[in-house]
Amino acid sequence: MTSMNSKVVELDQVVIRFAGDSGDGMQLTGSLFSDSTAFAGNDFATFPDYPSEIRAPQGTVSGVSGFQIHFGQKTVHTSGDLADVLIAMNPASLKANMRWIKDDAILIVDADAFVEKGFEKAGYQTDPTLDGSLDKYKLIKAPITSMTKEAVKHLNLDMKSTLKTKNMFALGIVMYLFNRDITLINKYFEQKFKSNPLIVEANKAVLAAGNNYAETIELFGNTYKVEPAPLEKGRYRNVTGNIATAWGFMAAAERSGRELFLGSYPITPATEILQELSKYKNLSVKAFQAEDEIAGIVSTIGASFTGSLAITSTSGPGLSLKSEAIGLAVMTELPIVIVDVQRGGPSTGLPTKSEQSDLMQALYGRNGEAPVIVIAARSSVDCFYSAYEASKLAMEHMTPVILLTDGSLANGSEVFRIPKVASLPAITPPLAEADDEHFKPYRRDEEKLNRKWAIPGTSGLRHRIGGLEKLDVEGTVSHDPLNHERMTFLREEKVMRVANYIPEQEVLGPDNADLLVVSWGGTYGVMLTVVEKMLEQGKSVAHTHFRHIMPLPRNTEKIFCRYKKIIVCEINNGQFVKYLRMNFPQFKYEQYNKIQGLPFMVAELEAKFNELLTR
Amino acid sequence: MENQVIAPDELQLSKEDFASDQMVKWCPGCGDHAILHAVENVFPNLGIPKEDFVVVSGIGCSSRFPYYMNTYGIHGIHGRAAPLATGVKLANPKLSVWMITGDGDSMAIGGNHFIHTIRRNIDINILLFNNKIYGLTKGQYSPTTPKGTKTKTSPQGTFERPFNPGELVIGAQGNFFARALDTNPKTMTKIFLEAARHKGTSLVEVLQNCVIFANKAHDLITSRETRDDYQLWIEHGKPLIFGKNNEKGIVLKGTKLEVATIGENGVTEKDILVHDQYESDPGIHMMIARMMPPEFPVALGVIRSVEFETFDQTMMQTIAAEKENSSIHSVDELLNSGGTWTID
Repeated sequence: MTSMNSKVVELDQVVIRFAGDSGDGMQLTGSLFSDSTAFAGNDFATFPDYPSEIRAPQGTVSGVSGFQIHFGQKTVHTSGDLADVLIAMNPASLKANMRWIKDDAILIVDADAFVEKGFEKAGYQTDPTLDGSLDKYKLIKAPITSMTKEAVKHLNLDMKSTLKTKNMFALGIVMYLFNRDITLINKYFEQKFKSNPLIVEANKAVLAAGNNYAETIELFGNTYKVEPAPLEKGRYRNVTGNIATAWGFMAAAERSGRELFLGSYPITPATEILQELSKYKNLSVKAFQAEDEIAGIVSTIGASFTGSLAITSTSGPGLSLKSEAIGLAVMTELPIVIVDVQRGGPSTGLPTKSEQSDLMQALYGRNGEAPVIVIAARSSVDCFYSAYEASKLAMEHMTPVILLTDGSLANGSEVFRIPKVASLPAITPPLAEADDEHFKPYRRDEEKLNRKWAIPGTSGLRHRIGGLEKLDVEGTVSHDPLNHERMTFLREEKVMRVANYIPEQEVLGPDNADLLVVSWGGTYGVMLTVVEKMLEQGKSVAHTHFRHIMPLPRNTEKIFCRYKKIIVCEINNGQFVKYLRMNFPQFKYEQYNKIQGLPFMVAELEAKFNELLTR
Repeated sequence: MENQVIAPDELQLSKEDFASDQMVKWCPGCGDHAILHAVENVFPNLGIPKEDFVVVSGIGCSSRFPYYMNTYGIHGIHGRAAPLATGVKLANPKLSVWMITGDGDSMAIGGNHFIHTIRRNIDINILLFNNKIYGLTKGQYSPTTPKGTKTKTSPQGTFERPFNPGELVIGAQGNFFARALDTNPKTMTKIFLEAARHKGTSLVEVLQNCVIFANKAHDLITSRETRDDYQLWIEHGKPLIFGKNNEKGIVLKGTKLEVATIGENGVTEKDILVHDQYESDPGIHMMIARMMPPEFPVALGVIRSVEFETFDQTMMQTIAAEKENSSIHSVDELLNSGGTWTID
């Protein structure tokens, strides 16, 4: 391994995975490395991988917590498939992550943890670092624990605090490997532990020790460097999908002049939206933690009636509980946004894993004929713009909107070029004017078919709405058969006409390619990575990715006409493909589905598309 | 945030301002009619502009109420009137929010929302029409149906112990609980006025008669023959005295209430418990709310009325304080705060 001629090798892109016991501080290690990546000017995306138990038994495979970062000198679309570098703080984290690393990956393990007790807990029969099973990797056994102890000996720290800093030793090694400056991280310690100088010193000492150790013993043959990505000029930050979602709603509230109300109940993986919005009372955000999912959405409907931009956030099981209330919002034609951060289902399913399996529920999971707008975010950053657009469509068209994101987008983070709120599209809700003599609760705009939003407290607009069918225009209770049919058509047509207000569907790649790859929602990054790669190889493929699902963009059918083969890829058992077969039965659709609570991998998609191209 | 209160005379509102043009479709003789009239009498006298009232309901006979009032109104889904009212009030705390519900809507399917709304003390007024039966679905037992009652779903009599709404309200840390009778419009109006003026969740249980499916469910309390023995009209600062000749009263004996006859066994008027509706300790209020025939008369009037901070008030104060103290005043400022970097 060691060589006196260590040199700096330039790489296009790198994937690093930090893994340790859930108490080992891997999320912090990863996020500090992300900060230094931002500082280095790379584009990047991250993804945390943690167990659903808060603290699973220490040292076991189920207790492993991981953090992956993908960074590059080009645009990065995903948090990466397989890792180039794995940091494993104990045998269990090595075992849990073996399937996520490349064949020539660098493995950095804490040699002190690779002892009999650790093997036993992880379920290893023999020492994997000695039995030859890791031969194809570049294995680096660093005595992380003992050197950490050594590094802080002079500070007389207690053992618990000492061990807490060992993640910084590992970080120090990785910082050296990628030629990163550790000053930035030292500054973080100074801020974070302001009140505890001893802890600042300890972390600094351990980080430097790891960094020096890697250099001194020439741990690696080479070190690596990833040049800055050619990102557009501007101010940037790092955001997760859930935070971006919360901020998108806040931007929409500000731009529309409506107050933001969130009625919600904690549920994995959507909880951060509620937590984030609970912070911003300074911006008049009213975040109400209700007693259950139903109260969450029903309070939202009450706030919508009262003139707020009213939203509720949930995941699949919560969406089930909200079904009846969504019907009430359909009937009362009030604007609300329901964010469903999808996870593996049915029932409790896989709470911390991602899936796209709530599509049919979003489209049809209600009693009666109850159409709503359905849109899906395509990346963590896009959650901001999707939340904004969902709010705009809800208010301007006076209808509920279901916004689908997923666990991967919600917890993953990306580089976000900060927009100016004033540069976002204007939002103009159809507010009824005070004392409008012609006001009728269900009088509609001729183009959009929306009704007016008449807000309690406004003079001259007193009216009643509710779940019972209403007489067209007048809005009084009506059981008239023909009126019910007419109102059903009007509610449907109102949603379908939204197609006139959304952009047309775009396609990447040639108009007449042999294969059109179709995807929707959170799989965008990986699909794009694969298709871009295949286009570079001269393959005859094209890609279209759906954000607007109900209604579909107007030109959807025209696009499908142009291609010989169509394949629809989804993290579910084929829900969007069923929807497309129903809407456009004249086309033949291939499908590629994965239902493992895992994202698509570039290689598997590439293999599938190549097979279709040669078939 | 306080409700906007103007001298009632200045607004010059009358009952007619709140009467709807819709046909009221409750059964003839239903107790709901009397409650509707009482509410129409109360609204003009609160000093609140007519467009600031919102009437909210769930599902059931009682829940058709918003359609019969000329106010802003929203008729929700079964059991969910409380969160609907919560959303309205939090979105605009200036509004006077009235929630109409029944014993099924609030005690069964909406039981969860009911207790949590009361616990939070959101400033809304809840009128609970208790007819001890499911009326709209035509005669199944409800959570307040007396044990042993034969209904369509309990042909052999119910096996369940019923809820006493007052017990539930006070148990959920409710600060205002009153009981009214649909057959006594004058007192009902008075109680509604007091409920409206109370800051926080005020709950009025109206003993309401369903003429079709549980006729005379409250007969012991309301009939001419027995009412003197079973109606106890309570008033703050007055002893708990009842009976045809005001000869009976409630005394506290040990840790329990008892009915005593004045002049018998040495009991004088001085021994009778004096009602204090403003006492913050809920102990005696709970005992008064729990009194039920045949052992006791039913307490009618305001049983508990205690001021406590309201959720909406605290929320608005927190918002004001956060605005004052924060350096971030717009979404642009938020997006550009914390860890950002620039690429030139």
